[in-house]
Formats: sequence, C-alpha cells, structure tokens
Amino acid sequence: MSSDKAILSQFQLENGALLGGPVEIPLIVNIRQLNSVANGLAQAQQTSTDSSEITPYSFYVDDIEIKESLEKYFEEQTNKQVFEKTLNITCVPKARFQVIPVERCTATIEGHLEAITALQFSPNGKLLASGSGDTTVRFWDLNTQTPFDEYGKAHRHWILCLNWAPNGKIVASSCKQGLIGLWVGATGKQCGTKLLSGHRQWINSLSWQPLHLNGSCRLLASGSKDTTIKIWDTHLFKAVLTLSGHTASVTCIKWGGQNLLYSASQDRTIKVWRTTDGVLCRTLDGHAHWVNTLALSTDYVLRTGAYEPSKESSNVDLDNFDDVTLQTMALERYEKVYNLFDANGGERLVSGSDDFTLYLWKPETDKKPLARMTGHQQLINDVKFSPDTRLLASASFDKSIKLWSSRTGAFLSTLRGHVQAVYQIAWSADSRLLVSGSADSTLKVWNIEKRCILFDLPGHADEIYAVDYSPDGQKVASGGKDKSLKLWRR
Amino acid sequence: MPQNEHIELHRKRHGRRFDHYEKQQKKEGRLPHILSKKAQTLRGIKAKLYNKRRQNEKIQMKKTIKSHEEKETKQREEVPEGAVPAYLLDREKQSRAKVLSNTIKQKRKEKAGKWDVPIPKVKAVSEAEVFRVVQSGKRRKKVWKRLVTKPCFVGEGFTRKPPKFERFIRPMALRFTKAHVTHPELRATFQLPIIGVKKNPSSPLYTSLGVITKGTVLEVNVSELGMVTQGGKVVWGKYAQVTNHPENDGCINAVLLV
Repeated sequence: MSSDKAILSQFQLENGALLGGPVEIPLIVNIRQLNSVANGLAQAQQTSTDSSEITPYSFYVDDIEIKESLEKYFEEQTNKQVFEKTLNITCVPKARFQVIPVERCTATIEGHLEAITALQFSPNGKLLASGSGDTTVRFWDLNTQTPFDEYGKAHRHWILCLNWAPNGKIVASSCKQGLIGLWVGATGKQCGTKLLSGHRQWINSLSWQPLHLNGSCRLLASGSKDTTIKIWDTHLFKAVLTLSGHTASVTCIKWGGQNLLYSASQDRTIKVWRTTDGVLCRTLDGHAHWVNTLALSTDYVLRTGAYEPSKESSNVDLDNFDDVTLQTMALERYEKVYNLFDANGGERLVSGSDDFTLYLWKPETDKKPLARMTGHQQLINDVKFSPDTRLLASASFDKSIKLWSSRTGAFLSTLRGHVQAVYQIAWSADSRLLVSGSADSTLKVWNIEKRCILFDLPGHADEIYAVDYSPDGQKVASGGKDKSLKLWRR
Repeated sequence: MPQNEHIELHRKRHGRRFDHYEKQQKKEGRLPHILSKKAQTLRGIKAKLYNKRRQNEKIQMKKTIKSHEEKETKQREEVPEGAVPAYLLDREKQSRAKVLSNTIKQKRKEKAGKWDVPIPKVKAVSEAEVFRVVQSGKRRKKVWKRLVTKPCFVGEGFTRKPPKFERFIRPMALRFTKAHVTHPELRATFQLPIIGVKKNPSSPLYTSLGVITKGTVLEVNVSELGMVTQGGKVVWGKYAQVTNHPENDGCINAVLLV
C-alpha cells in the first residue's frame, strides 16, 4: 500500500447531516488527526459557545469502526477499495469528560433492619435514598457516609420502588400495600401527613413527569399489580387519572418526553397512553411472555433534568433558579438527545421479557417493532440505554450481559463473568463504564470500549438487589439481602 | 304464675311503688354477694352445673373487654420476612438446598430414560374399548374389520384405502384437527392446530393410527404464540399432553410441555 494514496471522504453525523464538504484525506492519517479534522469542520459549521472544547469523536464507515487509521481499515476489508467513490465517514461524538472507574468500597453502612430493595441517587448526585423490607425509606449523607437522623416511617409494608423527582427535591416511594409516600430529599421529612392510596395491590413502578414538560414536578404516575395505572397530583395529594386497559399486572411504566406514558405488563403487551386525557394511543404486541422492563433512549436526560454533569465544575447551583428557567434548561438538554438518530427526532423504547428476547420500538409512530434481539438463554431482568443513547445493555438470569447497538438493534457483544443471575445494571455518565450487580453478591465494572471486565467488586455478604451509578459518575451505591449499603469510589 | 295481664294493667293504671327503682338498684348491688355465696356453698351436681355456666359467662366477658381494649390501641401489623424487590415478587425462588437435590434427581431420571410429563401414569385403554367389530361379507360372517370409537387425528392429504382392503375404519365424525392447549405458566389457553400424534401411552398401534386418548402426547403448531429460539428462529411445533377424555367431551384439551 503506497503511502501517498488518498481518498475523497465526506464526514457526516449520525442523523445524516453533513459536516462540511468532501475532503481529500491520505490513507496513513490516524485517529487523532481525523479527530482534529472533524472538530475543525464542526466548528466552522456552527458558532457554538463552547468552541474552545474539543469533542472526541469515534469514526465509523458502514457501521464498522475505524480503529487506527484508514489504511488499517482498508487492509481488513475484503472488498476491493474503490477510490473513485466518496467515502462516507460517520462521526459519533463521545462524551467530553471521562469518568474514573470505581475501585474500592469506601463505606459499608448498616442502618436498615431488612434487605434493601430499592436505591437511587438524586439527579445531581449529592443525595442518596434507599428503601428496604423493614418499611423505612432512609436518606444518606454522602460526605460523612452516615444516614440522616430523620427517616421515613410512614409505610406499613416492604418498600418496592423509589424515584427522585427530576428537580432533585422530592422522593416518591411505593410499598407492597399499594401506598405512595412523598419525602423531602434534603431533610428526610415526609411531605404532607398521609400516603397516597388508591391502588388495591402493590405498586411495581413509579415515574415522574419530565422537568421540561412542567418545571414544578407535580405529576407522578404509578403502575400496579391491580392492572391499573394512576396519575397523581403531588401538590394536591389526589389521583388525577386512572388508566385501565391491561389485563394483568403492570410491571413497568415510563413517562416519555413527548407526554406519552409507556406501560409494560404481564399480559404480554406494551400500551402507549396520552397523559393529558388518559387516552390509549396504541398497543405494542409481539412478546410471547411477560414483559419485565422498559427503557427509553432519553432516560438519562429525563432523570437528570436540568443538571448537566459536565458543567459541574462551573459551580452552577440549580437551587437558585426558578421553575421556568429549570424547565427551559431541561428542554435544551432533551432536544439534543431527541434529535440524535433521525432528522425529525424520535424516542426509542426497548422492552425485555420473560420470553428471552428484547424488542426495539419507535412507540410514537410505529406499532411494529424495529428489531427483535434474541440470544439470551434466560429471562431478561433489566435493560438500560447508555446516557449517550448509542448502546443498549441487557441483564439476564442466564448470568450474562449483552450489548446491542441502539440504532439498529444489532448484537455487539456478550459480557460474561457473573456466576449467578444478573439483577441490575447501571451506566456511568460518559457511557464508557457499566456496573452490574448480581445474585452472586459481587458487583462488576465493565469497560465498554474494550468490551471486557475492568474491576470485580466483591464484599457483599448476600445477593445484591439494587445498584445505582450517581449521575455525575463519581460514586456507585449497592444494597441487597445482607441489609448493608455499600458506597464505592475510585 | 299470673294468668292474663292484670299485673301489667295495674302497673299502667296506678304506677309503681315510689321506692321501686331504688330497691331495684340495691338488689342489683347485692347480686355479686349472693352469687359468690351460692358458688361457695353449692355442692354436688348443682355445683358442677353452676360452675360450668359461670365459666362460660366469664369467658364471654373477657372477650368483650379485650375487644374494647384493642379498639383503643393501634397495633402495628407484623411485617413478614423475606423482603424482595419488585422484579422478584411474582417469581418463586427455589431455596439453594433444593436446587442441588433437584439437579441430582434430574440426572438420575435422565439416566433411567424417564421424562417429565404432567400426567405420567395413565390407565391403559383396552382394544375392546377402542375398536368395534364391523361385519362384512355377503353373509355378514367375516369379522376382520374394526371401527375406531375414540377421537383420532389423520394428517392433511389423508385418503382412505379402498374399502375392500381397509382394516381400521376411522369415521370422519371422530377426526379432530384442533386442540385447546393451555400454557402452564401464562395460564392462557389457545386453540392450536395439531401437527401429529407423537405417542399414545396405551399402545404403539394407537400411535400409528393416530388415536387420541387421555395422556397422549401430541405435536401442535405454536407459531401463533410467537416463540423464538436463541438463534432467532421461530418455534412452530411443540409437544402437548392431552388432559381430558376427548371421547366424552367432544374436544381435546391439552397442556403444553415447555
């Protein structure tokens, strides 16, 4: 291969938009040089405010990644190189910041009297709430690594589900008797005096209305075993709407960014509802057994709301802003992710089921799935989109985690290492690391770029039921059957 | 024993004594003393009867007092042990000891050649029940033909042999093509077409004829359910075992062998 060969290439973004005009590139150019070319083209095109930062890109030609240089890429190709045609290079921006992987357990905190069933970090990563089988909801101070004095005692049965409101102020918790409690995150006190009641059986899943739709975080949706979904007004402590239509237990609900509610159920269907009036939009059929989990491509932005982890260093205190400003900030972040894959935008939904397969849907437009992802040998318990929405990870009871491309549903690789069922997974904020908790009482941190295991974190005495990665990527919290909460840092 | 109501009449007309209510109260006040004297001095069979009656009264009183007390204090109900997260709630988890013994049992069964069927032992159906003799010939003396009296399955494209050579007659009325198959985990029943009869436990002759009785293993077409193998191929045939007596009910109910 002579070193003076060059090829005419056109850089483009994922949704088809072109970055500048065709450029002649010599074949021996490496990734760093390609990066600077792409950055230069991007800056010339837009006058963005953060033009001083360089975005690292990864380059793909026809879905195959260019690892070292164009020369190496062509060597590996068996097709004849056609030098007359323009080569289309797709640039995929990676996260600008890099998360340092967690390595060690910095604290093992006792406090709960029974197994910990639910855990979640607040959207800005500063507070942690956990719910357990001893009916209490506890809040943990991450700086001193001790629990708060006040803790939530109002529930009478096991806590099943916890969810922080996207403004980071309130936590909603649900219990096995079908009651919902609201707590102030900073202090641990209960909001109001009574619990929201209405469901007749336990509540499987909770979901808040996204911040960009309503800055005051008022509406909360809950899906229960009694086959109904209720939408509550948390300021008035009343149920606003009841959505019924499912014929078996509702296992998972997600409030999408376009004011649509997606609900998965044990009756093998997924239903799409309009939350303004409670009308059923469409039913997504296809699974052959219970649908266990749902994941939305915009999950990460909806969870963090107006908080941008990469701007952490600029000392912006979100508490000072009022609801309307927070709403516009959240909307900005949401729009970026929404328009990622297609020109006119679209959310993607993935459903994992007991029939060992996953389906990829575009629920706003189509009734038919985009792709069916098979390969697991046992039921799928947890699915998560990466924060940059390009990858999908699915955890299954067959002890493996599989990675899929979220654009096409193509299988990428399997991560093996656990020796018992994998219960929960969580992505780091830069989408380069994945942490998984399993019934074999270990956590494993996986390097996604190399698709291999990075760290094995043993330490729990019994099964791990809940794992969460803080949205700023600094800490991991895990809790399980051995009643202790562990915090992991680098 | 007053006959007629002259006592009540007098009370209505003239009222009671002036100290009537006071006397009544004082009498009630003396009652505990009288009862206790009675309880202490009674002997014999009368004592036994009295004690028994008194015991029942005391039990009733204690119950009412306790129920009043319960209403006042709010008790916290006992929270059961074994808390599990929401995704494990509808799943029965086997204890670890059981898993080990189960794997050993399964290995032994596989060695012995026994498989897991919902109805392992079925009462064998005799030939006299299944076949009825059909007489043929000019003088109705030949008895080599048999008529099948149980439901059976013949495949698509089945054509009868010429009547002169046909030994087993399967009437069209007893031919079934669909079965009501229940999925054991989903607890839902579907009407699925039968692909074939895999094994009739009573006799291999019945299997070759396609006779369906209770306990027969059928192969059914499950493409309607949408099951997929790990390679991505669609599963379209699965085994199911018949659970009712189809000749009595007129339909075939089966349970899917997952």
